[in-house]
Amino acid sequence: MRFLLQRAAFYLFTAWAAITLNFFIPRLVPGDPVQSLISRNQGRISADAIESLRVLFGLDTHENIWQQYLDYWGQLLHGDLGLSFTFFPTPVATVIGDSLPWTVGLVGITTIISFLLGTALGVGAGWRRGSWVDGLLPATTFLSSIPYFWLGLVAIAVFTGPGSFFPSSGGYEAGLVPAFDGYFIPSAIKHSVLPAATILVSSMSGWILSMRNMMVTVSSEDYITVAHAKGLSERRVALSYAARNALLPNVSGFALSLGFIVGGTLLVEIVFSYPGLGYQLFQAVGYKDYPLMQGIFLIITISVLVANLLADVAYLLLDPRTRKS
Amino acid sequence: MSDPLLEIRGLRVDYGLGRTAVHAVRDVDLTLHRGEVLGLAGESGSGKSTLAYGLTRLLPPPGVVSGGQVIYHPADGPPVDVLTLSPAQLRRFRWAETSIVFQGAMNSLNPVHKVSTQLLDVIKAHEPTSTAAGRLARARDLLRLVGIAADRLDSYPHQLSGGMRQRVMIAMALALEPQVVIMDEPTTALDVVMQRQILGQLAELRERLGFAVLFITHDLSLLVEFSDRIAIMYGGRIVEEAPAAELYRRALHPYTEGLLHSFPALRGPRRELTGIPGSPPDLRAMPEGCAFHPRCPKAFDPCDKKVPALGAAEPGRDVACWLHPVAAPAPR
Repeated sequence: MRFLLQRAAFYLFTAWAAITLNFFIPRLVPGDPVQSLISRNQGRISADAIESLRVLFGLDTHENIWQQYLDYWGQLLHGDLGLSFTFFPTPVATVIGDSLPWTVGLVGITTIISFLLGTALGVGAGWRRGSWVDGLLPATTFLSSIPYFWLGLVAIAVFTGPGSFFPSSGGYEAGLVPAFDGYFIPSAIKHSVLPAATILVSSMSGWILSMRNMMVTVSSEDYITVAHAKGLSERRVALSYAARNALLPNVSGFALSLGFIVGGTLLVEIVFSYPGLGYQLFQAVGYKDYPLMQGIFLIITISVLVANLLADVAYLLLDPRTRKS
Repeated sequence: MSDPLLEIRGLRVDYGLGRTAVHAVRDVDLTLHRGEVLGLAGESGSGKSTLAYGLTRLLPPPGVVSGGQVIYHPADGPPVDVLTLSPAQLRRFRWAETSIVFQGAMNSLNPVHKVSTQLLDVIKAHEPTSTAAGRLARARDLLRLVGIAADRLDSYPHQLSGGMRQRVMIAMALALEPQVVIMDEPTTALDVVMQRQILGQLAELRERLGFAVLFITHDLSLLVEFSDRIAIMYGGRIVEEAPAAELYRRALHPYTEGLLHSFPALRGPRRELTGIPGSPPDLRAMPEGCAFHPRCPKAFDPCDKKVPALGAAEPGRDVACWLHPVAAPAPR
């Protein structure tokens, strides 16, 4: 328990540092968002409007940076992340709130499936090493080295086009309103198949490889020989003795990969124009939409930290050696 | 005493296949009798552990049993050849009839499971009809048997000392009251005090429960004390086999003599410690004839040409050495 509190304190400190950086970095970048908004509107904004924009963005020069920093924290704690330029005047919180479910739904579910499936296959391949399964390993090495987006491009080239079942872009059919009904859900699922398959194919191979290798390493441990000598069933030796120990490094890898759900598959979302957070970030960069970028970075930071905390908890639960009594 | 329990006949174990195979155990004949302690001693690489793994079919690849028989005589029922058991039969045979205490006291327990889980699963696997409460009571008794408090059942292996872990392993080995307990260097990783304690306990338990022990070690001095008979292994073969006391008093094989002279006697006149010159043979390039002849101080004419057969040189004493011509080959 003390260990967990220590970790939590550490992550809180890291979060504070990240948020502070998140506040200062845009302010150190030359130029300011109002300038870019003016240029986007080709100067057709009145002086009053410019002034109120400055106040809106928190750029009014009357306040010193310390006061701004405190205000930033105040707003943050109220869930106020400012206004987006790209979708002006929609608040950043709303933009993120709209796109986060898409990313979590697509990448989150795919990451979990990929981990479960890859680990299960890795256990099988590692336990029966030397059989025909080993012949498939070079293929998984190959697949895991392919970047997601390239696989996505290939998938679009091969599976989409006029008359094809799979759509090449978007999260749902144009004209549908997001709702939990019989039109929208099937459409959303249909749109997610190709991006999900892309991520699955290239990320699962990594899990297979690492799990297989850990299984092979663990299989030569003394306690595995003892388990065999005890006359336990093959299944029990493989799962409760070998896989249970081989799983440990993979679990921390999995928790970390949860942290990258939000930011890690940006390119897949771009390739498929999927309305998730990664695609939003891409657009934000294109429009110099600092508030939105800041907001998304904040979400990414927090999810990485939460994932790390989850990894610690998972390790505590799975490995008694890390529990200090 | 004369009732055979485990008969090893012409056992051969190779590492690898075909012409590149290394013969680690060569035509070993060895009989373990009911209730006795048979010591198996030899230098590193003499094939003693390989023999133990081979006869229990636990050899990791590329180890292969390439010939021979391991005949087990159950308390009731006809003898069986362990090497021809089906996987399901083998699983039932393991631990229930022959359990093993392994070399690595530190790593023999699964680090992620409690002691209780590991004690209970073996009972459950072999006695599926037992009740959970009955199994737990048995596990408590077992720990008490080896002098560990029953509340240690809830400990994880890393919370136990090396000596306690090895005692847990011994308790586990006795869980199903097997006829044979194979001990592969069970105390090598422990300090001498702990070694003493555990061996004393073991001797006591054996007295009480009456199982037979195949005790494998490189430490001949231990065997002289704890075993009834001793077999000496060199280069994958048994070179001498005799009752412990007789072997200690008068070794027939020069190799045994060398081993005996490499540790000091506690009682009796002082003698010079000599050790054995040279190093154990390379299994890939075994010398012609007797494998020991390049290191043997008494090597003479036939030693580098023909392999001496193991046989009774004197009543009750088998030796494979040209110095002691065999009256009659060892009974098969």
